[in-house]
Amino acid sequence: MAETIKLEVTRYAPERHQAPTSQSFEVPYRKDWVVLDALNYIKDNLDGSLSYRWSCRMGICGSCGMMVNGEPKLTCATFLSKYAPGPVRVEPLRYFPVVRDLIIEMTDFMAKLRSVKPWIIREEEKPLSEGEYLQTPEQLDTYKQFSMCINCMLCYAACPVYGLDPLFSGPAAIALAQRYNLDSRDQGAEERMGILSQHAGIWGCTFVGECTRVCPKHVDPAGAIQQYKLTAAKEWFKSLLMPWGAK
Amino acid sequence: MVQIAADALGCQVKPGGLSGTPSHTAYHPRWYRERVSTYWWLWKWRYLKFVLRELSSVPVAYFVTLTLVQVHALSDGPQAYADFQRWMTHPVFLTLNAISFLFVLFHTVTWFNLAPRAIVVRLRGKRVPEFLIAGSNYAAWLVISAAVAWLILRS
Amino acid sequence: MDISSHDVLIIGGGGAGLRAAIAVAEVNPRLNVAVISKVYPMRSHTVSAEGGAAAVIKTGDTLDDHAYDTISGGDWLCDQDAVEAFVQEAPEELLRLEHWGCPWSRDPDGHIAVRAFGGMKKERTWFAADKTGFHMLHTLFQTTLKYTAIARYDEWFVTKLLVDDNRVQGVVAIEIMSGKIQAITAKAVILCTGGCGRVFPFTTNANIKNGDGMALAYRAGAPLKDMEFVQYHPTGLPFTGILITEAARAEGGYMLNKDGYRYLQDYNLGTPQPKPVLRSMELGPRDRLCQAFVKEMEKGRTIKGPYGDVVHLDVRHLGEKLINTKLPFVRELCLKYQNIDPVKELIPVRPVVHYMMGGVSTNIHGATPLAGLYAAGEVACVSINGANRLGSNSLPELLVFGARAGRAAAEFASTQKESNGIILSQALDETKRVEAQFLEKTGGRERIATLREEMQKAMENGAGIYRTHSSLAEAAAKLRELQERFPSITLDDRSRTFNTELTAAVELGFMLDVGEAIVQSALHRTESRGAHQRTDYPKRDDEKFLAHTLIYRNADGSTHGDYLPVTITRWPPGERVYGQPAQAAQAKGG
Repeated sequence: MAETIKLEVTRYAPERHQAPTSQSFEVPYRKDWVVLDALNYIKDNLDGSLSYRWSCRMGICGSCGMMVNGEPKLTCATFLSKYAPGPVRVEPLRYFPVVRDLIIEMTDFMAKLRSVKPWIIREEEKPLSEGEYLQTPEQLDTYKQFSMCINCMLCYAACPVYGLDPLFSGPAAIALAQRYNLDSRDQGAEERMGILSQHAGIWGCTFVGECTRVCPKHVDPAGAIQQYKLTAAKEWFKSLLMPWGAK
Repeated sequence: MVQIAADALGCQVKPGGLSGTPSHTAYHPRWYRERVSTYWWLWKWRYLKFVLRELSSVPVAYFVTLTLVQVHALSDGPQAYADFQRWMTHPVFLTLNAISFLFVLFHTVTWFNLAPRAIVVRLRGKRVPEFLIAGSNYAAWLVISAAVAWLILRS
Repeated sequence: MDISSHDVLIIGGGGAGLRAAIAVAEVNPRLNVAVISKVYPMRSHTVSAEGGAAAVIKTGDTLDDHAYDTISGGDWLCDQDAVEAFVQEAPEELLRLEHWGCPWSRDPDGHIAVRAFGGMKKERTWFAADKTGFHMLHTLFQTTLKYTAIARYDEWFVTKLLVDDNRVQGVVAIEIMSGKIQAITAKAVILCTGGCGRVFPFTTNANIKNGDGMALAYRAGAPLKDMEFVQYHPTGLPFTGILITEAARAEGGYMLNKDGYRYLQDYNLGTPQPKPVLRSMELGPRDRLCQAFVKEMEKGRTIKGPYGDVVHLDVRHLGEKLINTKLPFVRELCLKYQNIDPVKELIPVRPVVHYMMGGVSTNIHGATPLAGLYAAGEVACVSINGANRLGSNSLPELLVFGARAGRAAAEFASTQKESNGIILSQALDETKRVEAQFLEKTGGRERIATLREEMQKAMENGAGIYRTHSSLAEAAAKLRELQERFPSITLDDRSRTFNTELTAAVELGFMLDVGEAIVQSALHRTESRGAHQRTDYPKRDDEKFLAHTLIYRNADGSTHGDYLPVTITRWPPGERVYGQPAQAAQAKGG
C-alpha cells in the first residue's frame, strides 16, 4: 500500500454531541492532493456522514474555508505535502458558530454585507443609451484589489476582534464597502459613512493585520480599514473646521 | 386557497419567505459556539506581537509624562532640574527607561512597517510601492534623530 | 409541514437567477420574488467563468457579424430568431452590468476594452481581467442586496417541482441546515440551476453542477432539448479539470504534441503564424480542437501523464510581463493547483467537459412548454448555442435570457391565481418519499461514490468526444443498470443537520436521469454536427437533422423523443470553415 497521512477532523452533530470532538482518518498521501481531496476521499470511501462545504476546487467560489493546523485556509488550495508527515488537523473556521462537523454559520456576515450597501449608489442614473461610465485603468486600479473578495470568511476566522465582539462589521464587509467608496462611478460614500464610522465599524478594528495575511485573494482588508479610518478622520476634521461647508 | 388547503392538512402558512435566521426544529437543537479564551493572544507569536505593540502605548505615555515632568522641573529652576536629573540616575528609573525605550523602539518599527497599509500614495495613477512609504518614514526618523542629536551634542 | 408562498420563485442563484430576480423586481415591484439555491448565491458556478462576455460595442463590428459567428459556430443548429434577439440585447445587458459596478477592463481612454476570442471574427469580448464570471456574479449578487423585495432561501435544496392542472405551482425543498422539508408555492418558477458537467469524469464544472434543474423539469414532464451536444473545452488541467481559459490561446499560446509540434495544422485549422489569427489554429472552435486531441492520441503523439493522456499548452514565449498582466489567473491556477509555472514550463492539458448546449427546452422568452415553468442560462436550451457554443457567449446569455425569463415569468405570475390545494398533498407525498428513501433508509450495499464513478466512466466512454451506436448503446445499458442499483445505496448519515450525503444521493438520482437523456438523444441523432461526432455517421445531415432533439420522460421512467425544426431567418446552412479557407473566403467577400 502506498503512503498514507493522518487527518484529525472535527466532528459535531448537534443531535448527539454536546461539543465537537475530533476523529482520525488515514488517507492516501499524494503530492498533488490538497486537503479537500483528502476530505473527499473520506466522504467517498470511509465515512459518508462527514459534512463540509465545497464546490469549485479552484479557489474562486469561497466555499471550502477551514482551519488547517490552526490556520484559516482554503482547503482546495492547501497541499497535503505542506503538512507531511502529518497529522493534519482540520477544524471549522474559528469564531463562527459550528452547525455540523466542518460547517459554520455565516448569516451574520450576509447581514453585515448588506448593511454596508455594497452596490453602486448614484444621485442620478445615466441612461443606458448614453453608454458606459468612463473609467480609466488607473481609476479601476484604485478599487480593483478590494473587489477581489470571494467572501470565503478566512479573514473573520483570523480576526480576534470579531471573536471577542461579534458585532464588529469585520474585514470583508468593510473592504467591500471601501471597494464601492473608491469606485469612480459611485457617489454613496457619505451614505455608507454612517454605518462604517460606528464603533462596531472601522473603529472596532485594532489593526491586528491577520486578515490581510490570511486572505487568499490579496484583498488587504486591514489596509482598507486603516485607509478608511484616515478618510473618516479627515472628514471629521473638515466638518469641525468648516461646519458651514458640510452639505 | 393555499390557506384553506393548508388548514385542512394541518400545515402552517408563512407568507413571503424568511427572516434572517433559519428556523430551529426538533432536528436542529443548537449551534456550537466556542468561547474565546482570555488568553487567546498567547496562541500565536503574531497575536502576542500585536498585544505587545498595543501594550507599548503605555511606555509611550510614560515617556510623554516624563517629558512633561522634565519641562516642569526646568521651569521650576536649576535646583528642581538637578533633582530631576538625580532621580533619573536611580537604578529603578534606569531599568524602567531602558525597558520603555525597547518598547518604544518596537512600537516605532512595527508602526512604520504597517504604515504602507494605511497610507496609499498615488503618483501619476500608479501606487507608490510599499517599501518607499515605509522607507520614507524611516528616513524621516533618522533625519529627525540626527538633528536632535546634533542639537544636544554640539555644545 | 411548513409552507411559504411567492409570486415568482427562482431556483438557482447564479448569473441567470440573480438577473431574473432583478428583472422581476423591476417589472413589477409588488411581486413577491424569491431566489432558492443549494449554495449561497456567490458560490454559484458563474463565479468560475474566466474569459469574457461577447457583445457588439466597437465600431467596425456589427450585430450581424456576431449573429453569423454564433450561428456558424453552432453548426446551424441555433434558432436564428433567438440569436438575433440575443446579439441585439447583449450590449445593453453588459452595459447595465457596467452601470451596476462590474469592473470591466478598460482602454486607456476609459472605454470598455474588448479582446479576441475563439470562433469570433471580430474582437468583441468584454472582460474583467481573467475573472469575468467572478466579477459579474458578485456585481449581480451585491446589486440584488439593494432590492428588499427579493427574498432568499440560501442553502435550500429543491427535490421536486409541484405540478397540477398542467401548471407548475411550486416546489418541495429541504432547508439543508435544519433538514426541514417544506413546500414553497409559486405562480411561476424559473429554473436557473446551470449545467450538468459532473455527469462526466473530467470536467471544469464545480461539484454543484449536477443537472438538478434539468432533472426536475424532465421528471415534471417538460422536454429536454439537444442534450446530445456536450461541449468539451480543449484545455483543462488533468485530475482537477481546472480550466485554462481560451484567453491563454487568444494571447498567443501554442498547442503542442509530444514532439513540440503545433499539431492543429494537420486538422484543417490553418497554418501556424507567430501571432494569433482569429478563427485559425489555436483560436479555432473548441470542438475541432478536442477532436484533434483524440486523433493525436490515436496516433500516439500525446504525452502520457499520471491521469491519462495530455498535450501541452505553451505560453512561455509570451513572457512573464504579459502573462502577469493579461493572464494572472492562469498563472495563479497553475502554480496553486498543479505546481507548474507557465512562465517557465509547459502546461499539461486535456479536453474536459465544459458546457451543455442542451437543456430544458424554452422559447425565446424563456418559457418551457410546461405552463408556469421558465428556464434560463446553461440549464436552458433556447437555443442560441446550437451544436456548439462559442466561447464568451454564455455569460451574455445568462443576462439576456435571465432578464427575458424574469420578465415573462413576472407577467405570467401577475395574471395567475393562487396555487390550488392539491399540490400540498403532493408535497406531503414528496416529503414522505425523501424521508423513506434517504433519511430513514437502512441497509443497502452500494456506495454513492461507486455508482457516481461508474456513471461518469460510462458517459466518457460512451458519449464522449466521439460516439458510435455501439458505444452509446453500451452506455445506455450501463445507465439502466445503475438506475436499478440506485435504490440499494447505503447511507451513513442519519442526521437532519446539514446532511450532505442526502443531497449527494438526490443529486446522483438527478445525474442518472440527465445522463440517460444525453445518451438517448445521442443515439437517435445519426449524423455528426458540432459537438456531436458520430464516427459511424461522420457527415452532417441537414435533410433529416436540421432539427432539435426533444426528449421526454414517460410516467413509467421510459423515454420518448421528438424533433423540432430549427428556426432559420437569414442565414441558410453553410459549411463551417476555419483557418485559411475562412480567411480566403473573407478576403474574397470583403
